[in-house]
Amino acid sequence: MRIVFKTDYMQDIRPWKDRYQLGLYLILLAVVFAAPMVIDDFYLGELTNVLIWALAGMGLMILTGHTGQASLGHAAFLAFGCYANIILMEQGVPFMVAFPVAGLLTGIVGVIIAIPALRLHGIYLAIATLAMSILTDDIIVLTEPWTGGVGGKYAPSVNVFGFDIDRWGTPKEFYYLVLGVVVIVTLGYINLMRAPLGRSFIAVRDSEVSAQAMGVDIARTKAMSFGLSCAVTGLAGALMGLFAGAFNNETFSVIISIELLMMIVIGGLGSIHGAFFGAIVIGFLPQFLSISKEWVGAVFGGSSVAIPGLEFGVFGMILIGFILFEPMGIYGRWLKIRTFFELFPFYRKDMFKRQKSYLKTERLR
Amino acid sequence: MSFLELKDATLKFGGVTAVDNLSFSVNEGEVFAIVGPNGAGKSTVFNLISRFYDPHAGSITFDGHDLLKSKPSEVATFGVARTFQNIELFDQATVLENLLVGRHRHRKTNLVNEIFFTPSARKQELQNRHFVEEIIDFLDLQAYREKRIAGLPYGVRKVVEVARALATDPKLLLLDEPASGLSVEETTDMRWWIDDIRRQMGITVLMVEHDMGLVSGVSDRVLAMADGARLALGTPSEVQSDPAVIEAYLGHVA
Repeated sequence: MRIVFKTDYMQDIRPWKDRYQLGLYLILLAVVFAAPMVIDDFYLGELTNVLIWALAGMGLMILTGHTGQASLGHAAFLAFGCYANIILMEQGVPFMVAFPVAGLLTGIVGVIIAIPALRLHGIYLAIATLAMSILTDDIIVLTEPWTGGVGGKYAPSVNVFGFDIDRWGTPKEFYYLVLGVVVIVTLGYINLMRAPLGRSFIAVRDSEVSAQAMGVDIARTKAMSFGLSCAVTGLAGALMGLFAGAFNNETFSVIISIELLMMIVIGGLGSIHGAFFGAIVIGFLPQFLSISKEWVGAVFGGSSVAIPGLEFGVFGMILIGFILFEPMGIYGRWLKIRTFFELFPFYRKDMFKRQKSYLKTERLR
Repeated sequence: MSFLELKDATLKFGGVTAVDNLSFSVNEGEVFAIVGPNGAGKSTVFNLISRFYDPHAGSITFDGHDLLKSKPSEVATFGVARTFQNIELFDQATVLENLLVGRHRHRKTNLVNEIFFTPSARKQELQNRHFVEEIIDFLDLQAYREKRIAGLPYGVRKVVEVARALATDPKLLLLDEPASGLSVEETTDMRWWIDDIRRQMGITVLMVEHDMGLVSGVSDRVLAMADGARLALGTPSEVQSDPAVIEAYLGHVA
């Protein structure tokens, strides 16, 4: 059993518990950094895809996982970030400027949308954001002069510090670009969560009434959360556009919104890890399914039979399974397994069981 | 000018008058208790001071601020902290994180500082932690520091709520039934704590409480309410022997 002996407040303030944990994360960083030298271009592309989804997942995690505001409309912000980035680049703005500006613009749009949207709670907010996601398709078609409408747009290769980076031409460099963005955003996210603003997000999620009594301005905090969430999602959208190479009004459909929300639920709401675990599931599931379908086909015959909706069916079943058996998601399960080994043989089955929550003060809504 | 003052405050929910033309003032440094039967409007008075409800008439001032002109979140920044009758903690966070949220009103950093966790953000976190540790020491919460609220027993949660309110470094502390659901020993602890909060920290306490032992033990003055209106105001023994109060609790003498 590993016990961290604390002698200094900094041990709680810095992001890692002890050197052992820091070591593990440094190894993980080394592994993802070395990945392009080990795996082939196809799987590198898949890994890039996972990282982009993780970035989008972190965006939604800020809002849904940490501030408790469900959004079924984040595909709209992916789209906004993607189009903003490309349109800026077409106006001659270099990528290194267009990319962060696209994120910033998406964040501002998020705050503007948040002002009316955040008067809604729970399921009503989900419905309103769902409507926004559905509208996006039409808005992209209606604004054809800028967005290319149904015909869509093609992503050019981008220039980063003098390197020309292109998803197909230079997959390794593209991977490093995405990795760099993901690492920077993750570090910012970790910092945020150990600072007052991140804690006020959690406060708003768990009890708006008492957050207010502690001096947290609910409307401002929610708008801030929406803005940060959308900014990160916008960055993810810009990278998604570059990754896809071509996109039109249907690329960022409402299905993407739903997949994003499912992804962070499966990964584990309320943890940065959850965004990554969820992205791994959503990123590798199609490959896993097609490989296992081939295998089943090779053994039992009929490998060429196409099964419509297989991916969504499996995805839905995984989601239902998680909600029933592991509401804390993959990250929650991981914590349990780790505790089991750390405390072996003293782990008790009800260690993570939540005590029944007591009556809540009337919500004053 | 008095510290906290309610003047002719009236609040109606539809046809029900929850608070009826209520006036009282709390002096700096005293422990002031509000008692009364269920439904007398005691917690509603708290919710008026916290600005969760808008009174239909009257005025509420605290330490020179007109509370009716402020947002609910601003009330805390003036130095009013409160606990809730049914415990409103941040369930999915640890005790330490709960107390650190209490430091929110002292936040000096902005978004950029925090995302890059600049030295000023680090310094602020250390200061917050230092302050919170003193509260943890004061209320004997060391054993629960890293525990999530969701797994803590009721009595501990009550104390954590007081701790979180103290973490805001308030001038006025509103305690909504601090002893409800506590055992006899825990109630005694709470009594000494309330005494210490006033004496050592110099914080004015306004509390709603049913436990008359606790009320008469710590409070300087007591306000008795019934049906939203003031019945009696005075020292604990005066209020306990007031005929109107006895009638409100026990009914008419046959």
